[in-house]
Amino acid sequence: MTEVGAGRLRAHGPEVSAARARRWGSFYFAEHQLRSMRAYLLTIVVTSVGNPLLYLFSMGIGLAAIVDRRVVGGFDGVGYLAYSAPALLVSSAVMTCAIEMMFPVMDGFKWRRIYYGPHVTPLAPRQLAAGHIMAVGARLAVQSAAFFLIMLAFGAAPAGSAWLLVPLGVATGMAFGAPVMAYAARLEKENFQFSLIQRFVVMPLFLFSGTFYPLETMPAAMQWIGWVSPLWHGNQLGRAVSYGLAEPPWLVAVHIAYLALLGAVGIAWAGRNYTRRLGA
Amino acid sequence: MISAENLVKRYGGFAAVDGISFEVAAGESFGLLGPNGAGKSTTMRMIGGVTQRTSGRLTIMGLDPERQGPEVRAHLGVVPQQDNLDEELRVRDNLIVYGRYFGLPLAYLRQRADELLAFAQLEEKAAAKVDSLSGGMKRRLTIARSLVNEPRILLLDEPTTGLDPQARHILWDRLFRLKEQGVTLVVTTHYMDEAEQLCDRIIVVDKGRIMAEGSPAALIREHSSREVLEVRFGAERNAAVVRRLEDVGERIEALPDRLLVYTDDGERSLERIRASGLHPLTSLVRRASLEDVFLRLTGRSLVD
Repeated sequence: MTEVGAGRLRAHGPEVSAARARRWGSFYFAEHQLRSMRAYLLTIVVTSVGNPLLYLFSMGIGLAAIVDRRVVGGFDGVGYLAYSAPALLVSSAVMTCAIEMMFPVMDGFKWRRIYYGPHVTPLAPRQLAAGHIMAVGARLAVQSAAFFLIMLAFGAAPAGSAWLLVPLGVATGMAFGAPVMAYAARLEKENFQFSLIQRFVVMPLFLFSGTFYPLETMPAAMQWIGWVSPLWHGNQLGRAVSYGLAEPPWLVAVHIAYLALLGAVGIAWAGRNYTRRLGA
Repeated sequence: MISAENLVKRYGGFAAVDGISFEVAAGESFGLLGPNGAGKSTTMRMIGGVTQRTSGRLTIMGLDPERQGPEVRAHLGVVPQQDNLDEELRVRDNLIVYGRYFGLPLAYLRQRADELLAFAQLEEKAAAKVDSLSGGMKRRLTIARSLVNEPRILLLDEPTTGLDPQARHILWDRLFRLKEQGVTLVVTTHYMDEAEQLCDRIIVVDKGRIMAEGSPAALIREHSSREVLEVRFGAERNAAVVRRLEDVGERIEALPDRLLVYTDDGERSLERIRASGLHPLTSLVRRASLEDVFLRLTGRSLVD
């Protein structure tokens, strides 16, 4: 609000602001979220590179040394490293997405109330939800790409289609994360629900979704965990693109449809909950 | 600029805003004065298009905030009651990120952020993290942020609540400058001094209804005497003394801790009290304020 000097740029009119916000509002909020992530950029980089290294060394090399000696013909005809690596990529995307869909959402609505800033600008609540999903999606893409490159370095992604693990990581992450986001947006108070989700939902899914061994080796009574778990569907698709696991086409279609359904329902539900909570 | 007609907001059976009508003209500084829970913030939220009204008519620059929310909000600068800056971002980045919500280009925003930091006297804090700022600084940053789109209307919800006197005066000075530049201010407050400092015209709101409307000076003229004499006789005796003071001023208001004597000449009234043989423990003569207006209109004090 200083003097209008020569060469000073002026803001465009409110009509332009409103039109741009209606069209690009989700991207504007995604931009904000990505800028915020810079504050913990180091954590993101370290986990994106460190996790795959740790996983691949411990499971793919350490565990594989024993498993490959015992299991004749390997899993699906590949070594344990190649067998477990795509599932580990998908699992770490799911875990990251779960966290990004819980704490930052509570932060937006309650802890630091940052949603209430953009709420009074031309942006609509639904666009805040969409922007957050986009930013998390971008983070998952970067993380999955880093994981994929490290897999390549380990020689753990033999098929030419293995790069599809990157979009698959994002999709599986969202299939789990979007419904979690919708749930978090309804939460008035965080009484350790988030830790419970991590311990009693994310962790069991990680352990019982055919990540480390085929689902069929589990007792029949426990196999349903895999069927309902987006992680199992993501793991199987990951194996198909990474080393050519031969899934029947109908099952591939089920995997894709299930992930798409969970993601779509979660996103729609989250958008609705954002609108309800913020009003207007 | 803003036109409200019979505005109502109900939550279940409770009417937070119960038939409020007012107009705000361009360049005017308009205040909603009332105690907490009077319906001021709800009214502000309806103007800002973030709460839907139950009934009534409301337009901002001729637009309906219910149907044209983004268009209405694009016209406004909003300072919420509770700061909601992004503490993970630096001070200057808070302004830039916020400006992006209006689709403003970065070239403009970099320049605008520097102008606003100067306006808010926060230039030295540009690269600081928000959580290192004092309460007054955060408030100034919130106000700076609300100006990023060069709004013609600024909504301020309790702008100085919780700030120390010095920080409040700095803030009032900044807001006064905006007013001089022709920005329309809509302010809610439960501080009478704030309303007197900032507003050309106010409505006094209580329980969702308008009790009175006018300029601060006119309201005081209309609903109070020129001066007020405050006397204390001790909690036990105040009530007992009231009857003996009846002919001293125009009117007496008995509060639990003191008596307010409404009079045009406080010193003379005090002399008369003393002459009648009564000796208050403490006495104070002051100019009548909006607090007195509120007390007169509602029988209650603004800040309980």
